[in-house]
Amino acid sequence: MEKERHYSGIKRRLMFLIVLISLAPLALIAIVNGYQFKHAYESKVLEHLEQVVKKHKQNIDTFLNENLADLRVIANTYPYEQFKDEAFLSELLRNLQAEHGGMVVDMGLVDDQGVQAAYSGPFKLGKAVYADATWFKEAMGSQNYISDVFMGLRGLPHFIVATKISADGREWLLRCTIDFMGFNRLVENIRIGETGLAFIINRQGAFQTKPGIQLDAHVESLRDLVWGKHSAVPEPNHSHVNNWPGPQYKDFATAMPVRAIVADDPQRPGSTSIYVMTQLKQGQWALIYRQDTHDAFSAWYKTRNAAIIIFIAGGLSIFFTAFLVSAKTVKRLEMADREKEMMNEKVIEAGKLASLGELAAGIAHEINNPVAIMVEESGWIGDLLEEDEFGDTENVAEISRSVAQIKTQGDRCKEITHKLLSFARRTDPRQQEVNMNELIGEVVDLSSQRAKYANVKVHQVLDDNLNLIQASPSELQQVLLNLINNAIDAIDHKQGGEVTISTENGDGVVNIHVADTGQGIPDAVLKRVFDPFFTTKPVGKGTGLGLSICYGIIEKMGGKISVNSSVGVGATFHISLPASRGEKNGGNAEPVS
Amino acid sequence: MSDIKVMLVDDEQSFVEAMAKRLTKRNLEVVQAFSGEEGLEKLKEVFGVDVVVLDVKMPGMDGIQTLQEIRKRYPLVEVIMLTGHATVQSAIDGMKQGAFDYLMKPCDMDDLLGKVREAKAKKENHEHKIAQARAMNIANRRGD
Repeated sequence: MEKERHYSGIKRRLMFLIVLISLAPLALIAIVNGYQFKHAYESKVLEHLEQVVKKHKQNIDTFLNENLADLRVIANTYPYEQFKDEAFLSELLRNLQAEHGGMVVDMGLVDDQGVQAAYSGPFKLGKAVYADATWFKEAMGSQNYISDVFMGLRGLPHFIVATKISADGREWLLRCTIDFMGFNRLVENIRIGETGLAFIINRQGAFQTKPGIQLDAHVESLRDLVWGKHSAVPEPNHSHVNNWPGPQYKDFATAMPVRAIVADDPQRPGSTSIYVMTQLKQGQWALIYRQDTHDAFSAWYKTRNAAIIIFIAGGLSIFFTAFLVSAKTVKRLEMADREKEMMNEKVIEAGKLASLGELAAGIAHEINNPVAIMVEESGWIGDLLEEDEFGDTENVAEISRSVAQIKTQGDRCKEITHKLLSFARRTDPRQQEVNMNELIGEVVDLSSQRAKYANVKVHQVLDDNLNLIQASPSELQQVLLNLINNAIDAIDHKQGGEVTISTENGDGVVNIHVADTGQGIPDAVLKRVFDPFFTTKPVGKGTGLGLSICYGIIEKMGGKISVNSSVGVGATFHISLPASRGEKNGGNAEPVS
Repeated sequence: MSDIKVMLVDDEQSFVEAMAKRLTKRNLEVVQAFSGEEGLEKLKEVFGVDVVVLDVKMPGMDGIQTLQEIRKRYPLVEVIMLTGHATVQSAIDGMKQGAFDYLMKPCDMDDLLGKVREAKAKKENHEHKIAQARAMNIANRRGD
């Protein structure tokens, strides 16, 4: 459980790190580039809009300007009496209409009492009295005048361009009316995108052209934006108007450059609109262009959305990859750890065996001395008993037997201690080239007497081309003798059986198999046969050190020893030892000593 | 009566004593020593020790060191190393240092006696040769 948590912790950290490292630069690039692109793009768009608005401002100003200029030229060219002639007026009107595309609706001459002296146009406005009309009052106060849009007598939105004529000691106003719809068209031409539209307001916040959408709620703030909160630009001053269209007009026009702002949309919370505004008509009107931010910057939004989609997709794939990579890495780690643990266990096992060997050797050596003394003392008793003075009594014979027994048991002790000492690997460990076949022959000869006694036939199936091995012959002898003796012991002496020793070349190793037809080793025992002191022999017959010694010797030589067995069939011990490099023993080679 | 003079050197006192009794009973003259140092001391005091049976593993001066000293001071004295199985290697080392032979503890009395007699024979042979050489030397000198 603890381990699992440990590994999942590593996995999490690894994944987090990979995601962070991969995603952070991506995000940084996206944010920085996006921000810069947004700014560049927005300023580009705004600049473009400003240019458009500026051009239109110039157009509109020029239009108004031209109208007024035409009117002044007309007023200055002809004596005012001629304007009273409605036929002449109609002629003039036709000319103006031809010039200005029909936007000039009518013309009239108004005397200083506000009575229209002459009129030419589609409406029946002859003798109309304008004395109370705002435009009349304002127009009388200045040389040239352009009114705001109003309904007037005709009941249609229009505005008036007027110029003053002084004659006969009286003042007259020559005026013409500009069709609002026509003028509106001038402004409406500014249409960009889906929501871009333009309109004109005056200082009072009244619309001079029809905006396509409802913007009444907006007008106040727009007015503030154009003219300042406290109307920093003074109310229309007629002295300025007087100089129209002199050079001051241009100066004045530049006083309010084109301005672009992005403001919240009061009607649609959360969305913003772009307002591009400039002043018209000496600051009395404002041309305002409005477009939804979303519409104006649609290209930017599209790019941004694409970038976000790419980022999310990239992020997901990074996440997925990080997950896979970390999972795989941690799995590897886990496997490596497990292997290490197994190795550790093996090392500990080997260490245990070694320390056990040391202990055994120590104990054996300590016991050896007392045993030696006991054997000597019994030998001394035996010596004494041989003296004649004791005679041949029954007791003497009994004591002699007892002493002999002590000697026999002492010898057994000696055998055990010496085996224990072998276990600590104190045999002659010098290595030399060994011909396994020769060695097997010697060992089989050694045990042949025993085999005969036990009714066992020993077969040798030896590979004539067996590779030489580098090993200590005395140790190998010990191992083989042990295995063969065990094999003989495993066979029921009455029934008899066979022991087969075979050799063969393996892949860089020499394999030796010792097989018997004995009783076999039970599964429960099979795992423990190489444990020190483990024995299945009856008490007093085995020390349980044989196979563990063999194991130690073979391991030390860099080889392997294993066993497989099934009960009733017999057991086979397999030894594989590394072969000497490149050297082969000929079929009839002399033994190597 | 006692034709061979043997010195037993072992830190196991009881072993030495038992062994001494048995060897004495077999008509050997036995000198006992319980450490390497004592062994060297006794060799100095007692004249004519033929064979030393020397235990390899002893506290203080061990068998190999004692052997080296004996070989240095009394080159004619033969030494038989006595060893537990674990110290066979050291016994072999001893052989290389000039010990006559080695025996494993607990040792069989007959083996020991056999080896002691062989050693004595070797020593006598050596002494004989030396005597001859001396005689020759003397004869040669006279001839001058």
